[in-house]
Amino acid sequence: MSTPATTESRAETQRRRIRPPNLPRPRLPRRNRGLLKEEEIVPWSIGDRIGLAAAWFCGLLLCAIAGSIVLYMLVRGLQYLSVGALFEHPVILSTTQSTGTAGGYLDPIEGTLILTTLGTLIALPIGIGTAVWLSEYGRPSWLARAVESGVEIVAGTPTIVLAIFGLLVFTQGAFGFLSFTAEGGAVFGRSFFIAGIMMSLIAIPLIVGATREALQSIPAHVREASYALGKDKISTIRRVLLPASRKGIATGTTLGMGRIAGDTAIVVILLGATPLEPQGDVPILKVLQGTGSTLTSYVYNNSPAGEGNAPQKAYAAAFVLLIIVILMNFFVDLISRKGSDPWAR
Amino acid sequence: MGPLKQPPPVRRIVVDDEPTIVQPPKGNGTTEEAKTGAAALLSAPRKREGKRATIKERMTLDELGVAYAGKPAVKAVSLPVRQGEVLGLIGPSGCGKTTLLRSLNRLVDQTPTASRSGTIYLDDQDVDLLDVTELRRQVGMVFQQPNPFPMSVFDNVAYGLRERGSRRPSRAALRPAVEEALERAGLLEEVKDNLMHPALRLSGGQQQRLCIARSLAVGPEVLLLDEPCSALDPRSTSLIEELIMSLREEIAIVIVTHNLQQAYRVADRVAFMYLGDLVEYGDADGVFGAPKAKRTREYVSGGFG
Amino acid sequence: MRSRFGLQKAGPRNRSDQRAELLLGALACVVLALIAGMIIFVFEKAWPSFSNNGLDWFWPWAGGNVDDELVHIFESPSDPSQFVYTMHAWPLIYATLLITATAVVVSTVFAVLSAMFIVEFAPEGIRRLLEPVVRLLAAVPSVIYGLIGILVVVKFFSDHLITQSARDSVAGVAALNGFSWGVGALILTVMITPIMIAIVVDALRAVPVGWREGSVSLGVNRWRAMLTVSVRAARPAIVAAAVLATARALGEAIMLSMVTGSVGFQPNPIDGFIFFVEPARPLAATIVDNAEGLSVVPFAQTLYAFAAVLLVSAAFLSFGGWYIRRRLRTYTLSPI
Repeated sequence: MSTPATTESRAETQRRRIRPPNLPRPRLPRRNRGLLKEEEIVPWSIGDRIGLAAAWFCGLLLCAIAGSIVLYMLVRGLQYLSVGALFEHPVILSTTQSTGTAGGYLDPIEGTLILTTLGTLIALPIGIGTAVWLSEYGRPSWLARAVESGVEIVAGTPTIVLAIFGLLVFTQGAFGFLSFTAEGGAVFGRSFFIAGIMMSLIAIPLIVGATREALQSIPAHVREASYALGKDKISTIRRVLLPASRKGIATGTTLGMGRIAGDTAIVVILLGATPLEPQGDVPILKVLQGTGSTLTSYVYNNSPAGEGNAPQKAYAAAFVLLIIVILMNFFVDLISRKGSDPWAR
Repeated sequence: MGPLKQPPPVRRIVVDDEPTIVQPPKGNGTTEEAKTGAAALLSAPRKREGKRATIKERMTLDELGVAYAGKPAVKAVSLPVRQGEVLGLIGPSGCGKTTLLRSLNRLVDQTPTASRSGTIYLDDQDVDLLDVTELRRQVGMVFQQPNPFPMSVFDNVAYGLRERGSRRPSRAALRPAVEEALERAGLLEEVKDNLMHPALRLSGGQQQRLCIARSLAVGPEVLLLDEPCSALDPRSTSLIEELIMSLREEIAIVIVTHNLQQAYRVADRVAFMYLGDLVEYGDADGVFGAPKAKRTREYVSGGFG
Repeated sequence: MRSRFGLQKAGPRNRSDQRAELLLGALACVVLALIAGMIIFVFEKAWPSFSNNGLDWFWPWAGGNVDDELVHIFESPSDPSQFVYTMHAWPLIYATLLITATAVVVSTVFAVLSAMFIVEFAPEGIRRLLEPVVRLLAAVPSVIYGLIGILVVVKFFSDHLITQSARDSVAGVAALNGFSWGVGALILTVMITPIMIAIVVDALRAVPVGWREGSVSLGVNRWRAMLTVSVRAARPAIVAAAVLATARALGEAIMLSMVTGSVGFQPNPIDGFIFFVEPARPLAATIVDNAEGLSVVPFAQTLYAFAAVLLVSAAFLSFGGWYIRRRLRTYTLSPI
């Protein structure tokens, strides 16, 4: 169709509809170049369709697995959990076991809370301090690379190795104050303190990583503005940069807390798996010097793999643990998503 | 410096005004404003020769509208796209030219917030009823930033030919097709010594010609060019413009360009878009020399944009 | 400080800054020293076990039954000169390699397919559901995986997949009661896939939009375009993710100790289907199972030897994965 040579208003242009002629649908010409036979040129070959189906299958399988885990734990947990038991102490039924297979879950829950708090409290200053040094100072550079590598190595070390390393170190006489010392001079080497220290090691890489990212995402003009006002470096860090990195630090800390709460190997080896047994005399410290158990070790010990073999208790405790971990995960989501980029100019 | 003269009258351009269509004045010339702008254009060297005899309408846009999240980007555009001539889309930034171009090969469907109304016909078939992969093979596209894949030159050009069937043709079988595409794009001379050279190490102009060769290799019926020369130096630009001239016989070409001089050099038909409306469509000489709409006159003479 | 040109070198000029830098530097050094100390201590304790066994510690054909050897070591007399150290740990190493390799291979395929699904093919609703799902799966503690493994999966294998004739065929050698390396590898796959998915999804999303649009505008269907361009460009990230996942898999102790059977048996591929349900005993799980015996000196040293092997492999794999990812971040993917 050709455009009219006369002028026409826009309204007329709009009204003139272009209609295709009423021909039977022609086949589109193909430039084949003889490379493939006609029937081999297909937009979606069999292999492609299988691949697409596999991708769909994997995606849906992920949802199904997650759904079934949560649902199964929900069913079993509600079946075996009585809310009152949350506040009772576990009862030791026979003298051959050191773990409580009847009674409630108060001690393991207390244990989880104490250990998580202790581990996080130890990890926070060390992690933030290391991250600040790496990000803001970092001289000499060989030392900075070494520290970075060291942190990554710790991040990758299996927690079981950390656990028996902890045992190795803290059974030396010098560390007797951290747990209790038996009459023969043998340091027991297992207590909340010790487990807390080793737990902090698994949280430190997460805190260091998140804090470094947060610090590095602060644009240079913020630091320059602070220096221009006459503040020195350490005050800038303390008053400007760290408060600005609160979100990143909170994300890293919550991730670390989640990992601490979920770890079993260190607890099984370094905490003694008893109900809360304080040692010594000082009021709060005696709890930390003593042994105890957490939800994770409680589940392990009550499963058929441990000594207790009381699956009902294990399910109930596992359900509580799962709820705690899901909540922590949810908080991480909330914290990291809150607010848009505060540095957008 | 002499005393301050009266400041020139300020021409106010009201954005939402209806563009008025004015009869070209009788007499020996255009109005004052148009002369300075359009005259400069018209005196520029022209690449295109006279119109070819074989003109076939390949694509038709019928009341095409595109909206992003409810806000219209293209409003009720009707245009033909013909083989044998180059259609230039001109207009200021953000006026829907690229959106219109990307709707021709249904690339706007990839944007989640986009919605389309109206119909597009390719060889009298409704584009929405065609398989979209088939459509994109028929309607090729070259982008503003050259985007060669991180493979060798040969693999780049052969990509479309390899990945379209149930069987992969052998390298020996692909070679003549690859060389033909490179020659049509004007790149063969420069790369024929080493077709395995990594594509990312070519210069900007060579990369853009490689992208054109890549699109030509699959044998499209229509080629869409989205400001292909905006990132290139003048020599590469003129090479590509000559390339467009040589291709327009077999392929319908639509080119979006910011550069009015380039549009004048290269395009046979010009469509001027403003804020999503198709304001004027006609021969290049007509739109540049004697634009019918006031908005077109203002744009072509450099009044805004 | 004065350099050759007589200018002061850049650095903190005032006292409190210098003090702060020294303090923080000292903290970082202490952290480093602790880590180095850990490595040195573990190796020092582990050395007797390695030195007494020589290459036989690792040698695949050294023979011996790992379980018996562990018992002998545990029961060795208290006279230091008569400590028993004999340990041919190949069955443990073999089990570790088998479980880890299977889990990583399956999980790489699973993760890449899922990542492709999340980035390109998933409808909006499913995609918004999948991202928290992946994070949830990554956060579930390993003991819960172990619990479900031991009470559900093992039971399922035992009741439905292992026939009585299969049990009889290996009755003399091993007990097929569902505790097997196959279950361990299966659950381990589920545990490490979410970690890989996060990394691969980030890498696929980072592929420049020019490549993705360019491949699709050539008339290549979305699956092929994604596979040949995006996944190809993301290959280094997939490798880094696999390395990280391997490190995680090597260190998994609790879940594996709950489901693999704790028998030092070497699963034999020739056995056909039974191969997958034979018990095994990976290194990390062995340490957990035998942790009560740490009071006996040679036994503790043997366990530290296991830990040393794990430390070297897992920690340095993790370091390698981090290093690759650091290199990737500085590697620009822009096409020009």
